[in-house]
Amino acid sequence: MELTGAEITIRCLQEEGVEYVFGYPGGAVLFIYDELFKQEQVKHVLVRHEQAAVHAADGYARSTDKVGVALVTSGPGVTNAVTGIATAYLDSIPLVVISGQVPTSFIGEDAFQEVDAVGITRPCVKHNFLVKDAKDIASTLKKAFYLAKSGRPGPVLVDIPKDVSNQKVEFEYPASVHIRSYNPQTNGDINQIKRAAQLLLEAKRPMVYAGGGVILSDASKQLTELVRLLGAPCTNTLMGLGGFPASDKQSLGMLGMHGTYEANMGMQNCDVLLAVGARFDDRVIGNVAHFNSVPRKIIHIDIDPASISKRVKVDVSIVGDVAHVVSDLLAVLNSSKQKPEAAALKDWWKQIAEWRGANSLTYKNSTELIKPQYVIETLHKITHGDAFVTSDVGQHQMWAAQYYKFDQPRRWINSGGLGTMGFGLPAAMGVQLAHPGATVACITGEGSIQMNIQELSTCKQYNLPIKVIALNNRYLGMVRQWQEFFHGNRYSHSYMDALPDFVKLAEAYGHVGILVEKPSDVEGALKEAFARKDDLVFLDFRTDSTENVYPMVPGGKGLSEVILAEDL
Amino acid sequence: MRHIISLLMENESGALSRVAGLFSARGYNIESLNVAPTEDPTMSRMTIVTSGSDEVIEQINKQLNKLVDVVTVMDLTDGDHIERELMLVKVRAAGDDREELKRMTDIFRGRVIDVTDKTYTIELTGTGHKLDRFLQAIDHSLILETVRTGASGIGRGDRILKL
Repeated sequence: MELTGAEITIRCLQEEGVEYVFGYPGGAVLFIYDELFKQEQVKHVLVRHEQAAVHAADGYARSTDKVGVALVTSGPGVTNAVTGIATAYLDSIPLVVISGQVPTSFIGEDAFQEVDAVGITRPCVKHNFLVKDAKDIASTLKKAFYLAKSGRPGPVLVDIPKDVSNQKVEFEYPASVHIRSYNPQTNGDINQIKRAAQLLLEAKRPMVYAGGGVILSDASKQLTELVRLLGAPCTNTLMGLGGFPASDKQSLGMLGMHGTYEANMGMQNCDVLLAVGARFDDRVIGNVAHFNSVPRKIIHIDIDPASISKRVKVDVSIVGDVAHVVSDLLAVLNSSKQKPEAAALKDWWKQIAEWRGANSLTYKNSTELIKPQYVIETLHKITHGDAFVTSDVGQHQMWAAQYYKFDQPRRWINSGGLGTMGFGLPAAMGVQLAHPGATVACITGEGSIQMNIQELSTCKQYNLPIKVIALNNRYLGMVRQWQEFFHGNRYSHSYMDALPDFVKLAEAYGHVGILVEKPSDVEGALKEAFARKDDLVFLDFRTDSTENVYPMVPGGKGLSEVILAEDL
Repeated sequence: MRHIISLLMENESGALSRVAGLFSARGYNIESLNVAPTEDPTMSRMTIVTSGSDEVIEQINKQLNKLVDVVTVMDLTDGDHIERELMLVKVRAAGDDREELKRMTDIFRGRVIDVTDKTYTIELTGTGHKLDRFLQAIDHSLILETVRTGASGIGRGDRILKL
């Protein structure tokens, strides 16, 4: 039977088991929306801005192991989606974004709402397609889902011109997919794995550095087993939080620019470093020359060969899926007669204990001013560390990463690579839809939240009981902090004047708003908010406006050149 | 160091721009780039001449391999290879210059492929170096137009770039 391109598009989504599509209609996607209307299997979530559609699909994907799906119209629909797509690209999140395009006969004529979607998204997608014939829709969408999820995951855009979505052709969904030019490697080279095992067994000061690849590969169980077997300390990147339980005694917490002292000193002083699904990002290792100035052996496990030896030369490279490689590494270690060097490890842990003694994640609580760190700690207590926490970008993001101790993967949802303000609330919508009964908190600031505040309306429409934790310090806090440290206290445009009354704003959208101005009210307010299981509650915490994020490794400095709170 | 990278990619619209975009986005040099379909019309062969440190060249190879449309990549500079470039030069050829230009073309084993009463168009094939030398050898003021393809490369003997 012949179906239209639009029917085929929806049938493909059904075949892929897509539960939710986040989108916004417009001229070029009217046929596709018409087909959405005629069925119930694929549920559509109407956002209020296309950027939010992509972030919501992204939050959905991050908190599950599924591909997130967004649907936008041509022209401004696509350009609005670009920030969301780039956000997913930098963090390797599997998405399929379907965009409408002007009819094929209009392409290139600067038609109404025409933009070169494939061209404009090319640098921020894993791959993209312009479908010029309806008979190619099914195979293209099959490829899109496969590309998005396999190998190093990422967003894939499929651009469908309006006439193609109305063209009738025979439909058959391909059972399998093969792309001759694309063969991601799943299993690591066993000889390299054996070399890695030998290095780790001989290490005097081993260190495990685990990134977002552990989360994406669902490998936290294997990683935890490996770290315990090695008896080594483990640090997680911002993207890798929850990949190894933060409450474990072998956890050194997060590393990098705002990482713990012990994690950064461990990175700098270890003799064998095992990097697992992490990419030696500039925010993670600071100054490359400084990082390389000390001798250590580096083993790097990553699915993307291009991530290996990109910024830092490594001694043993293992290309493969983290879960597979770590399982194989465990098998090699378990079958070896040799055991990790107990005496050396003892000395190493003694050294680490000294660094831990610096107590780098500390702050002076106050009875006058609400300390942002205290809000996060209390949030952790009230939610028993079991919430899904999304975040925007800035100081609040760092405090959330530092003080909400994540013990499980896929619970910490933030824009690490691109650093997209406005990510938190729409991402929380995707998380809440994926986990209807779960506790979802969006930690944000008064700056970030205003970048997608319109989504409070979407939350109302779909009854999403997200708890918005706004750390409102009346400053673009991270900008202000850098201006204080590096720009002579000249607070150029980092002050948020004329803020809205967030309580009234929340109420205007049909939600509950709570203003919290005193430290003594923090716990009570959080309890009240989380007791309201069915309501979105917007908590406006008026926090200390001059609080800074410590520790801090200033940009361009080495990991051991850290500023601690007590240094000032 | 100069490298000549050869690759096979899907003969699809947009594939070229993915490669070109990769080079500009990541700040890699392109000295020249040429591309055309192969005996298998679904595939195109591209030759890129670039330069960079060993680390940069390693990244270029890896990043090219990562592009979904790229089937396979070979750094020809890693082994024995042959490279050729085609150049068309239109020169002002009148009076005594006609004889001199013809002679020089013969010495460089080029051919005059179009003649008018005032111009010659000369075809010349060889390494980029040879083409440079020809341009240096003739009177610069006579050159009206130069068109060069950029290098095409192929491995010697058993070095074969195939699917």
